[in-house]
Amino acid sequence: MEKGRTRVDLFEYQARDLFAKHGVPVLAGEVIDTPEGARAATERLGGKSVVKAQVKVGGRGKAGGVKLAATPDEAVARATDILGMDIKGHTVHKVMIAETAPEILEEYYVSYLLDRTNRTFLAMASVAGGMDIEEVAATTPEKLAKVPVDANEGVSIEKAREIVAQAKFPAEVAEKVAEVMVTLWKTFVAEDALLVEVNPLAKVASGDVIALDGKVSLDENADFRQPEHEALEDKASANPLEAAAKAKGLNYVKLDGQVGIIGNGAGLVMSTLDVVAYAGENHGGVKPANFLDIGGGASAEVMANGLEIILGDPDVKSVFVNVFGGITACDEVAKGIVQALELLKNKGEDVTKPLVVRLDGNNAELGRKILSDANHPLVQRVDTMDGAADKAAELAAAK
Amino acid sequence: MAIFLTKDSKVIVQGMTGATGMKHTKLMLGDGTNIVGGVNPRKAGTEVDFDGTAVPVFGSVAEAMEKTGADVTVVFVPPAFAKAAVVEAIDAGIGLAVVITEGIAVHDSAAFWAYAKSKGNKTRIIGPNCPGLITPGQSNAGIIPGDITKPGRIGLVSKSGTLTYQMMYELRDIGFSSAVGIGGDPVIGTTHIDALAAFEADPDTDLIVMIGEIGGDAEERAADFIKANVTKPVVGYVAGFTAPEGKTMGHAGAIVSGSSGTAQAKKEALEAAGVKVGKTPSETARLARAALAG
Repeated sequence: MEKGRTRVDLFEYQARDLFAKHGVPVLAGEVIDTPEGARAATERLGGKSVVKAQVKVGGRGKAGGVKLAATPDEAVARATDILGMDIKGHTVHKVMIAETAPEILEEYYVSYLLDRTNRTFLAMASVAGGMDIEEVAATTPEKLAKVPVDANEGVSIEKAREIVAQAKFPAEVAEKVAEVMVTLWKTFVAEDALLVEVNPLAKVASGDVIALDGKVSLDENADFRQPEHEALEDKASANPLEAAAKAKGLNYVKLDGQVGIIGNGAGLVMSTLDVVAYAGENHGGVKPANFLDIGGGASAEVMANGLEIILGDPDVKSVFVNVFGGITACDEVAKGIVQALELLKNKGEDVTKPLVVRLDGNNAELGRKILSDANHPLVQRVDTMDGAADKAAELAAAK
Repeated sequence: MAIFLTKDSKVIVQGMTGATGMKHTKLMLGDGTNIVGGVNPRKAGTEVDFDGTAVPVFGSVAEAMEKTGADVTVVFVPPAFAKAAVVEAIDAGIGLAVVITEGIAVHDSAAFWAYAKSKGNKTRIIGPNCPGLITPGQSNAGIIPGDITKPGRIGLVSKSGTLTYQMMYELRDIGFSSAVGIGGDPVIGTTHIDALAAFEADPDTDLIVMIGEIGGDAEERAADFIKANVTKPVVGYVAGFTAPEGKTMGHAGAIVSGSSGTAQAKKEALEAAGVKVGKTPSETARLARAALAG
């Protein structure tokens, strides 16, 4: 899964590790990325294991991404099958070699997340676990308990018992599930998570409850107090352009169109994508190639970095720079454009993609003058947003 | 009249002595804002000179309120310390806290919102991660450029900063009663509904422009509110029709998952409530002109 700037979705094995760290009961397991690694890992588990594809998408079991291995040799064979497999567009680069679950008697669901509507945290719990929880919510909403949790009061064992009672867990597991609700809350808070979810939470033959699979999303805004989180980011499978942009501190998302977009402010850039897509309807269906927000108060250097990333995207046929200067000064943006084009020329790169630039707001006249004076053959100014989008779409379609 | 902020508002700045705070305090003073103090415990008792205007620095929000009668605070404190700053403002009982800071952890904003609620919501919070609000010709609490437009009779509420500026620019010849940037974070203090209610009650506002974006269901709930409570014409714009599912576009709040929270769903909900929704910011401005012309 590709992601934006503030939300980091973890793999199952990473979620498992965080659950274990905070006392949520889990099975033993380790992650490997070569078939041969499955042998030693399975031996450490006593000779049998479950081989589980690590992908950030649901339905991997049905896709053949979860297999039992009765021997270390079999684990190697299953890992060979699963590594490199494509599951709904996600290539499997890692597998988790997990302890085989004891006999499962029942499957439950528990999670914590943010309830944006009510501006509070929310506990969700259901005895109908093991399946897609959105489906449970849609078809049998009475089976999904939703209990608000005050951010400052948190989840004590008493609060956890209230959640468990509302979800009508069977009496024999109620206290054990309540304990999980307490440790799962600890995980949610201590890790600055946006979501912690256990599905299924299994009741096994011994009477214990165990988190067999889970999801965790972390809040990148909390990285200042979570120094260990950076290592959890999946840099390997990030789009190379997104990775390059991120290394330069740019807020960039790759899309599948042909018009490169640079703007300031998330709302204006999203709006720019829409306006370009509408304009594209009249120009052969061209679409925006990316989202790139250079933010407030961007310097010429930031602008140049952004332009370099976009011009490096082979899908891009034309570029639309759309800036309304609030804090950002349009003369800085214009300088950045001129600098970037010079920089690329000095690097010996042959820039042939046309740029359409619309500047309004803070120092717009100065910015426009800088562009006029530079008189670069690839750069043209259009002074309205809709007009500039139309021109950029037309140029992309003509390429 | 205006909403939330007038020429009589006495404004303090938390984080005034930092680089961003200094820059914007100067700009706010230039727009006529009555800035009566800054807050920084390490520089309490000193003064900062802004082109001849000496602004005193206080050790706490409570002290600044006691000595100046301040009723609005603008928060520029960095993300790591923003929660403590907002909690301090709530404890002091100030009427309005405008939180400009971008990048506050969700657990922190959820905590200060829960805290404000537990204190009976005596402090209105705007933001975080917002440009603040401006009542042109009277006062500016935040980072919205003061020179885009003039006083007028349009009320504007927006999740996005730059779209706020864009819309003010498009309608600059008509002017605005107040423009409020509520921010696009998952947890915000003042909502579209709060601003709509205030503009509906404001005798100096004839038309309301509402800008939303993908994520959450605030626009859908605003549509329900408009249907039931707003008699003034409302024109809307929603950004994010082409944003792909499951991706975050800068604002943590703009996470689309499944059909709910999409731009299309928001547009339909608003139109069902009688709101005219523009396809682009410029078209939205044209709809606003047409609505004002009657």
